[in-house]
Amino acid sequence: MIVHQLYAAGAVPARTQMGASLGFHIIYACFGIAFPTAVLYAHWRGLRRADAAALLLARRWSKVMAVIFAVGAVSGTVLSYELGLLWPGLMGRFGAAYGVPFSVEGIWFFVEAIFTSIYLYGWRRMSPWWHWWAGTPMVLSGVLGAWSVVAANSWMNQPSGFTLRDGRVASVDPWAVIFNRASAYEVPHMVLAAYMVTGFTVAGVYAVGLLRGRWDRYHRLGFLIPFVMGAVCAPAQVVVGDVAARAIAEQQPVKFAAMELVPQTGTHVTEWLGGIWVNGEVAFGIGVPYLDSILVGFSPDTEVVGWNSVPPDLRPPLPSMLHVAFDVMVAVGMALLALGAWLGWHWRFRRALPRTRWFLVPAAVAGIAAVLAMECGWIVTEVGRQPWTVYGVLLTRDAVTPAAGVPVTLAVVLVVYFVLTGVTIGLPWLMSLRWRKERPGGPGESRGPGGPGGPDGRQRPAPGGHEPSAPEAPW
Amino acid sequence: MVSPSPEAVATAVVLFAAMAAYAVFAGADFGGGIWDLLAGGAERGAEPRAAVDASVTPVWEGNQVWIVYGFVIVWTGFPAAFAAVMTALFAPLCLSLLGLFFRGIGFSFRHEAERPAMKRLSGALFAASSLVTPFFLGTVIGAVADGGVPVRPTGNVLAAWTSPVALVTGFLFVAACAYIGAVYLVGDCDRRGEPDMVRYFSRRAVVSGLVTGVIAAVNLALMRTSTPYVFHRLFGPALPLVVLSVAAGAAALVLVLARRTVLLRVTAALAVVSVIGAWGWAQYPWLLPGVLDLRTGSAPRAALLAELVVAALAVLLVVPSFSYLYWLQQHSRLQESPPSEGLRQAVEAQQRAETPAPAAPRPAGRGERFAAGAVLAAAAVRLAVETLTRRRARAGGPRARRTSAPPRTRPPGNGE
Repeated sequence: MIVHQLYAAGAVPARTQMGASLGFHIIYACFGIAFPTAVLYAHWRGLRRADAAALLLARRWSKVMAVIFAVGAVSGTVLSYELGLLWPGLMGRFGAAYGVPFSVEGIWFFVEAIFTSIYLYGWRRMSPWWHWWAGTPMVLSGVLGAWSVVAANSWMNQPSGFTLRDGRVASVDPWAVIFNRASAYEVPHMVLAAYMVTGFTVAGVYAVGLLRGRWDRYHRLGFLIPFVMGAVCAPAQVVVGDVAARAIAEQQPVKFAAMELVPQTGTHVTEWLGGIWVNGEVAFGIGVPYLDSILVGFSPDTEVVGWNSVPPDLRPPLPSMLHVAFDVMVAVGMALLALGAWLGWHWRFRRALPRTRWFLVPAAVAGIAAVLAMECGWIVTEVGRQPWTVYGVLLTRDAVTPAAGVPVTLAVVLVVYFVLTGVTIGLPWLMSLRWRKERPGGPGESRGPGGPGGPDGRQRPAPGGHEPSAPEAPW
Repeated sequence: MVSPSPEAVATAVVLFAAMAAYAVFAGADFGGGIWDLLAGGAERGAEPRAAVDASVTPVWEGNQVWIVYGFVIVWTGFPAAFAAVMTALFAPLCLSLLGLFFRGIGFSFRHEAERPAMKRLSGALFAASSLVTPFFLGTVIGAVADGGVPVRPTGNVLAAWTSPVALVTGFLFVAACAYIGAVYLVGDCDRRGEPDMVRYFSRRAVVSGLVTGVIAAVNLALMRTSTPYVFHRLFGPALPLVVLSVAAGAAALVLVLARRTVLLRVTAALAVVSVIGAWGWAQYPWLLPGVLDLRTGSAPRAALLAELVVAALAVLLVVPSFSYLYWLQQHSRLQESPPSEGLRQAVEAQQRAETPAPAAPRPAGRGERFAAGAVLAAAAVRLAVETLTRRRARAGGPRARRTSAPPRTRPPGNGE
């Protein structure tokens, strides 16, 4: 009994540590998955059209990409340690099944690491197109690696491909493990999220530059390439997300109940927009009658399972948090879709970037919003799976390590990720400072005729001499 | 004893191959870090540090992946052993991880930092962690070989990794990394045409090679009493590998002095690989000596087969990629790209040529402001109506005083 209580107590620091690690790692991983695409596109443009600005962007981005990849690699190593250090109950009992997708991921991790090095350090001495082609494995291995890792995660949500005998895995079907039911929607959802996060975040940096008046080709390209990459994914993401939610309603009904604040199983279920669960009812939420049933089964008569269908200790904790996280994710996704549509519309009719602040300010924060949405989605997936580590098979309290010292490592891990975050933000920032210093005004400045491109270039609106009055140019 | 299945043996072989690759490739990078640490003051150590940097920078990241791959093999192929090791040796594993972490950070910053203090700090981080990681990984291996890990540990087992064998194995790993690092640096400096550095690292290769040999001998002597099973197999079936290792190590010392750099690398790598193989063969068929063997500790057959398929995939994809990376590095095709002055000037020329655009974004037009206002107003009205009707519907319920703004950003009908 005491041991049991200790386990239960230990699971909180362990879960927090795992959650913190994954919550950070997922951001770096996004850049590992999607950034090569943006870099290679810019590089391709630069080579194909002899576009110096695009080439310069590609070269600088590749350096940032390498830093983030290095941080992601460190963080990924931390995670692979943690899986064993924190969850021996999971790895010892299910490693044979759970490990299969991870082994496949190991290959893609290798390929990506090797070709990132080749691409990063090969700028000068390799022939230009050969060098470009040497970068393409990064794109492929990024997506395939994401697929493997997310397949492992979706296996935890929908375990399949193994049989148990006496609580041990007796046989394994590797295909069924990798292609479990949840991977069909979790994998595309994550890959698209990675492209959106990367695209909108990188674009956000250049949107700030545009807002500060650096309205030159370098900045416009730097904004447009990643922004379009993210915006193209947004509609697909909405569709995939819709499919995913319906699948969860079927496969993990209790998780879905918490996401949608459905306590009682029934038909004609209300859809709550916002709102939290207090004293047995929804507060601060806007209810749309019948909508939840309609969304789940296209008819108000659809039955939606409530969380009262299982005993309290098998329900996910904190339904309010799950619900709000879910709603924030959806809301941000919609907002990003709208922002992308705006650009598309404007481009279709005017062949130019919208210049209004109403577009550029949201575009500048779109990256942060996309990261927020992804974290929310990740919370929904992972916290919603609790109290199970492997859904329906292994409880979290049975998976956690009995070793003492997790609170210590938790503290260390928090510091570690604090440092890593500092690196991922600080290093590119240092680089950008240096790039601007390379010449006063730098390529980042639109140097108006006779305009002093000096140190004030980095600060707020440029002086009058900086504002040429020619008509706006495409790109 | 029933002999283990061929799949289990094959998976174990793959695991040892991954460990050997980690030792030979990442071990050399750790060694580079150790020589960086021992290079002395900023002035005196500048040249060797630059040599280390040029050799390690393009490849260390790929080399680092071997450990992740090794982990994955253990937890998929031998999950029970993995869980036991990770629990019992929680502390040294955490410390080695911390080392890996600081190494990555130090490395990232070292090339970007501009102030000397910052540069020194990140260099020190990189160098110190090159010492910490192999040491603690060594204690882990030593603890396993020493039979210190129980099958179902209930927590940290301090005694396992603080036994004499484990600690000496830790030092052995550090010395071996320094040795193999120095040997590779001899070759790299020779190729780059830096005779001073060739001499510099040759001396260090000889010294660290001798130190490694002495520590290995001490470790053997200790194993005789603490791990008789492994010891006797080392001088039984695994003896050829031990002899090969000793011979290769001795030959490498001669080759250093003879400046035969290509052959030198091969023999030094052979010395390290064969000693790892000897350990594996000496421990066979035990995963955790005395308590868990290959037969009872292996995953089901299909999982092992999957591991072997993945290993084949690694041979197909990773080995050529690695060869290409090293080929490029050995032919000096990989280097940090210096600031791209020409390209930057081209961009400026391009921008001068293009018609300049207005510098500041146009403030929002009246129409847009009006539209946004209308949306906000509609949302507010909707909110008010909703709140009022609901409050009337259930008096005494929680007061919906202030509602956040979901309807504004989230059109109804998109509940998924």
